[in-house]
Amino acid sequence: MIAAIRKIVVQLDEIRMEMGRAVEPPTRRAVAMAVIANPFAGKYAENLDVLTTIGEELGGLLGAKCVAALGIRPEDAHSYGKAAIVGEAGELEHAAAILHPKMGATLRREVGSGAALVPSAKKMGGLGTAIDVPLGHKDAAFVRSHFDAIEARVADAPRRDEIVVAIAVTDSGRPHPRVGGLQVREIQGKDGLR
Amino acid sequence: MIEVRRVLCHVEDVFHEFGPPPAIPLRRGSIAAVIKNVFAGRYVQNIAPFMEELKPLGVDLAKRLLEVLDRSPAAIQGYGKAAVVGAEGELEHGALWHSPGGYGMREVLGWTQDGAAAGAGEAGPGRSALQPGNALAIVASTKKVGGPGTPIDVPLTHLNASYVRSHLDAIEVRVPGAPAADEVVYILAMSCGPRVHERLGGLRVDEIERWDGQK
Repeated sequence: MIAAIRKIVVQLDEIRMEMGRAVEPPTRRAVAMAVIANPFAGKYAENLDVLTTIGEELGGLLGAKCVAALGIRPEDAHSYGKAAIVGEAGELEHAAAILHPKMGATLRREVGSGAALVPSAKKMGGLGTAIDVPLGHKDAAFVRSHFDAIEARVADAPRRDEIVVAIAVTDSGRPHPRVGGLQVREIQGKDGLR
Repeated sequence: MIEVRRVLCHVEDVFHEFGPPPAIPLRRGSIAAVIKNVFAGRYVQNIAPFMEELKPLGVDLAKRLLEVLDRSPAAIQGYGKAAVVGAEGELEHGALWHSPGGYGMREVLGWTQDGAAAGAGEAGPGRSALQPGNALAIVASTKKVGGPGTPIDVPLTHLNASYVRSHLDAIEVRVPGAPAADEVVYILAMSCGPRVHERLGGLRVDEIERWDGQK
């Protein structure tokens, strides 16, 4: 493991009722967060490959944590998302290096498939900064019932020279989805969109 | 029968806090249940009977928290509880959680009504013959009235002796989007060890002698 991890936080959010109506099955969303040292804190580096390798590691590690928290088989995952919060001594591009080049491949291995883009968010932040991790269906980005987000936040991170990296995985869509669009049963799952 | 609208489980492994990493990372966790505040929007004098209805919730949440921590009751070393009451409620509605949350969790961790008589002289799992049962200490708590996403710091103390200094700690809990005005968030928290770099002396775990829940 190249990433120097200070802390791992895993949350499972289970919504059983919304507007007084039972949600059956419940909407279940897991988010796993790692607090890591930023190897490029305080200096400009042209080559960010180290962070890309860290992203590759964390896609697998945090993806597996989410699937374990949900207690599901990998193929039963519905949607996913990723995000990073970079501490003050870093730059936004550090988040990009973690999230974009290689993280998706290892995450997809943990959730069985994943033709769709892994939606993402990134920001600079301080201790306790929250980020809304976007969620989209893993096999078809246009599935409207699964457009959602879950908040990721670690109370004591990121320190100046740290990065919070988050992966979110669900086994369900929003509670009571009823705004139409592409349905799960209509997924073709080939082009990542429909 | 309490209707739980939402449950948020939180587990964290702390590998270090910029000091020497312990051999085993510190695992801590919390569980928060979002329920309807049946007393929202009005003053009700006689709310105490509701504690009876909350009892099964205390036990359920404690069991579920052990599950997500992936630990047995014997592995739990610290605990705490808390409540966040939505805007149409009052602090006293949070206080309803003291008995069902505290005793529910303590029962799951080995406390019995007559703990001294039940356990005295017997060496139970992970404890000496001197220790009369488990989960002897009062469960430290906090409560507040707050809006959706209000964070609360849940105090943690050693579960058998409140004065054990290494285990005086706190964990922040926050449910994004809850409590709504007519809801309450009831919270339990457990820890599997002391603060990650504890080094301030005081009463040590192996110095607990009185077994009165304090020292």
